[in-house]
Amino acid sequence: MISDKEKILQLIERDVTLNANDIAIMIGKDPEYVQNVLDESREKQIILGQKTIIDWEKTERELVSAIIELKITPERGLGFDRVSERIYQYDEISSVYLVSGGFDIAVIVEGKTLKEVALFVAEKLAPMEEVISTATHFILKKYKVEGVILNNPTEDDREVITL
Amino acid sequence: MINYESVLSKAVKTIEPSGIRKFFDLVSEMNDKDAISLGVGEPDFVTPWHIRNEGVYALEKGKTHYTANAGFIELRKEIAAYIERKTGITYDPKSEVIVTVGGSEAIDLAIRALVNPGDEVLIPEPSFVCYKPCTILAGGTPVPIVTCVEDKFKLTPEQLKKAITPKTKLLVLPYPNNPTGAIMTKEDLEKIAEVLRDTNIMVLTDEIYCELTYGRTHTSIISIPGMKERTVYVNGFSKSYAMTGWRLGYATAPAPIMKQMLKIHQYAIMSSPTTSQYAAIEALKKGDADIAKMRAEYDYRRRVIVDGFRQMGLGCFEPEGAFYVFPDIRSTGMTSSEFCEKLLQKEKVAVVPGSAFGDSGEGFVRCSYAYSIENINKALERIERFVKSL
Repeated sequence: MISDKEKILQLIERDVTLNANDIAIMIGKDPEYVQNVLDESREKQIILGQKTIIDWEKTERELVSAIIELKITPERGLGFDRVSERIYQYDEISSVYLVSGGFDIAVIVEGKTLKEVALFVAEKLAPMEEVISTATHFILKKYKVEGVILNNPTEDDREVITL
Repeated sequence: MINYESVLSKAVKTIEPSGIRKFFDLVSEMNDKDAISLGVGEPDFVTPWHIRNEGVYALEKGKTHYTANAGFIELRKEIAAYIERKTGITYDPKSEVIVTVGGSEAIDLAIRALVNPGDEVLIPEPSFVCYKPCTILAGGTPVPIVTCVEDKFKLTPEQLKKAITPKTKLLVLPYPNNPTGAIMTKEDLEKIAEVLRDTNIMVLTDEIYCELTYGRTHTSIISIPGMKERTVYVNGFSKSYAMTGWRLGYATAPAPIMKQMLKIHQYAIMSSPTTSQYAAIEALKKGDADIAKMRAEYDYRRRVIVDGFRQMGLGCFEPEGAFYVFPDIRSTGMTSSEFCEKLLQKEKVAVVPGSAFGDSGEGFVRCSYAYSIENINKALERIERFVKSL
């Protein structure tokens, strides 16, 4: 059984257009209560942003994304935190993850062209003194992003009326 | 030239065609992309992938043969384990469980195995449409018991007592209910059990919506002392796991009854779809989280749709089960068929006349909330515009 607070967060996570009143009806609570949870969650930076998922492939915009694996030398007493903070400052980087396995940090880089992304890796990431090596994997096609399946036909094929 | 009237079965001819055939024809003729339907009696969710994948895997492995008449023993064991988990009641998978082609076949088997010509079958209404024709085909006499909104569409012990005659053979218990969304609590069922205990009346409990209750857990009548031995329990995969198209249900009953039900199934069906049975094993083993997710989603929609009808001034009983609301349209002065036809013509929204579920459904319409919130809100806007224009 999930808490009301978790229900509110789940609902706003999947549909940012819902307001406190909509959510209140959906979970059977007062709008004031829902608004308080939302306000408190924003204050505590539990709710961090409100983004929309866009399939840029269907637009004119040129966008290239790549997953970059980085092997890193951790710093004494700081581990991977300081180098990660230095990496995520770049606007070209949309995500940074510390991971287990054959490398240490995975980042997602976005640019207009393959060359732009490749040069960013070569000129900004690879030369950092903590970075031992990099491996670049260009994303060729996105099938599912943030839980949303792209190019998924949503036609309702049920009979119009069934008893 | 054959006179078809003279060759047809008298019993089949006795069954009345649906009183809302005209409305169904109107809906099916409507080929408008702008139309919105709230008329569907099945989940909008697709069967969870891990369940579908077991079906696919079974096909890939060439599992395309008949199964045992009663269904795979592994599936019957899982069914028995599920029922024990939910109700505390045990059934012998070998002699008391059968896998059927949907819950509908299980209902037909139970009625045919129990009802003799002249026997009366008590059917609380409004309710799903198959109990009455199945009773007629078995030679029995359907006896509707009218439930009402004032009683939250529950069957009361007083109504039951009043309906019982020396000819009463069977009571159908269709809860959680399609179309009203009514449920029977443990206390409600205990009172019904009290009436039945000293009789020879059997119970057919159709619990196909048992996983879709909101705010409280479903209680089955089989868990009430003295009821298991007089009850045929029907359930299935269609509603709980969004598996309508797989056509798989099941029944449990005391062995002497099951033995007879199995004979009918054996000769009429042979065995239920094999691919579906493989998928169903996976559903019962690992599908609890899927049910919880879908139930939470239906609950959000339920609140939105009930609130919507109340905001527009139509009385709307708060359903505690299934995925339907049953708003009261008597204030509009129209019959439920008129309401639905005009709503369809004016606003292109399809809902189902309450009269489709028995005469006592007159004055109400059934709206399914097995649709996205976006769709429900669009439909509510149109229905409100329609009601205000009257």
